[in-house]
Amino acid sequence: MTQTPVLQARNLVKRYGSVTAINGADFELRAGEILAVIGDNGAGKSSLIKALSGAVVPDSGEIFMDGQPVRFRTTLDARHHGIETVYQDLAVIPALDIASNVYLGREIRKKGFVGSVLRQLDKAAMRDESMKHLADLKIGIRSAIQSVETLSGGQRQGVAVVRAAAFGKRVIIMDEPTAALGVKESGMVMDLIREIKGRGLPVILISHDMPHVFEVADRIHVHRLGRRAAVVRPQDRSMSEVVALMTGAAEPTEEERAGAL
Amino acid sequence: MTVSPTMAAPISKRKTDFSRVLHQPLLGPLAALILAVIIFSVLSSRFLTPFNVSLILQQSIVVGILAVGQTLIILTAGIDLSIGATAVLGTIMLAKTVGTSGPVVALAATLLICMAVGAINGALVTAFKLPPFIVTLGTFTAVAAATQLFAGSTTYPTQPGVLSFLGTPIRAGGFNITVGVIALILVYAVTWYALTQTAGGKHIYAVGGSPTAARLAGIKTSRTLFSAYLLTGVIAAIAAWAALGRIPTADPNAFQTANLDTITAVVIGGTSLFGGRGSVLGTLIGTLIVGVLRNGLTLIGVDNLYQNIATGVLVIVAVAFDQFARRRTS
Repeated sequence: MTQTPVLQARNLVKRYGSVTAINGADFELRAGEILAVIGDNGAGKSSLIKALSGAVVPDSGEIFMDGQPVRFRTTLDARHHGIETVYQDLAVIPALDIASNVYLGREIRKKGFVGSVLRQLDKAAMRDESMKHLADLKIGIRSAIQSVETLSGGQRQGVAVVRAAAFGKRVIIMDEPTAALGVKESGMVMDLIREIKGRGLPVILISHDMPHVFEVADRIHVHRLGRRAAVVRPQDRSMSEVVALMTGAAEPTEEERAGAL
Repeated sequence: MTVSPTMAAPISKRKTDFSRVLHQPLLGPLAALILAVIIFSVLSSRFLTPFNVSLILQQSIVVGILAVGQTLIILTAGIDLSIGATAVLGTIMLAKTVGTSGPVVALAATLLICMAVGAINGALVTAFKLPPFIVTLGTFTAVAAATQLFAGSTTYPTQPGVLSFLGTPIRAGGFNITVGVIALILVYAVTWYALTQTAGGKHIYAVGGSPTAARLAGIKTSRTLFSAYLLTGVIAAIAAWAALGRIPTADPNAFQTANLDTITAVVIGGTSLFGGRGSVLGTLIGTLIVGVLRNGLTLIGVDNLYQNIATGVLVIVAVAFDQFARRRTS
């Protein structure tokens, strides 16, 4: 494949005192794909994701977007580059309504004097836009003015995904989006991930749930001991083989080790 | 719009009528206020007269204004124990400096000193991550003592003029209100607008409701918190001015129960002590409930100390209700 990766990292290192959280990790996300990132607890996948979303600044190594080197000092830097992250359970403010949650921190103000001087919010615009985004992702919520706490867990996660999809122009990162959800609601979130892919946005999915990973992922990044151990295609490998790669019980092929697939 | 069957889950199918009442947070306080008014009207023929209603409004001015500041802080999941003492410091500052420097300088100096207390509270809560309860308990003690030292333990009568402007009477029908009542309404209106119609207001709710989620959404949580404390200082200064309009003598021992009364008003008004939910409209109703209760109990001849017991019980009931409502929704 000769296409330039959307998001790429080379040789990232992050140490906390004597603990090495990221130990020379490589990473590659290609256009329009769903890339699952899996790894055992403590393998450092969450540190890697934090480095890619700006929550952690690596000690060394390089990050590229579309082949151009970038530096994320804060999560805002990453957002300015069009990278949005959905966190597993801290994504929304329960007491606020849906529209306020979708536009939290990026509120739309009215035009003219009332907006610029009196700083009045354009609630109607935010409500209508939120409804449009919800409909785009086929989330059936009747009104954007109801508070998020009246929604089911899956619908709440849906609101968080809508926010990410509304503002994430380049990459959507989902950190364990189904960890707190039941089977049916997880299925809804999986549908959302496919919807986002259908719009041409690449998704990084961090998950423990092998069936989910095999269901939606185009490629699987296996993280082990602070670095990328392999990249595999779900159609080439069984779940137990991938678990073996994850725990070090099996060795990847040369191609998989190089991340060339 | 295409609705996939799984996402269109019914939202309120198993909600009882009772929990719907809980989702109308102003209904409970409003019912309590109306009930109190009816009870006192029956118990005392003097209660529902224009004179007495005006009196309740005037008696509610200082606590009512301070309660707006308390609402801002409680919405951020904090509490301010120092706001009453800060206002008293403000009254002494006003009365002491007006003689030497004139009313404009006196008002400016009061605004600055009250904002300074707010800034100290805000800085300790945001920069040092100390719990607001402890921070404001400390500043309350320090400010109360500093006020005594500053006042030299005497009272300062003021001359009619700018300082007593908020006490200027306005007659309308049989009602006899003051400019202070207008100021009270203005403070509520401006704060209501800021909280519900601007991004800054939404951020206060967000920071109080879930600080981590707010930070991840890109809100500068420390800045939001700090501005809430700073604004509370401004509100304390306005309350100090209004206090001299009500009683034209600055007394370092005045308004001893004001701070607890603001917390009572906020909590009775339906704002959650856990932060993130509530409104200044609720606080206005809460202030009126406290005012009606104290006034009505006085009219039917209940001793002051029993009134304190009654408001104390009321706070605990309101907090218990808040706890209960929270458990139902979560």
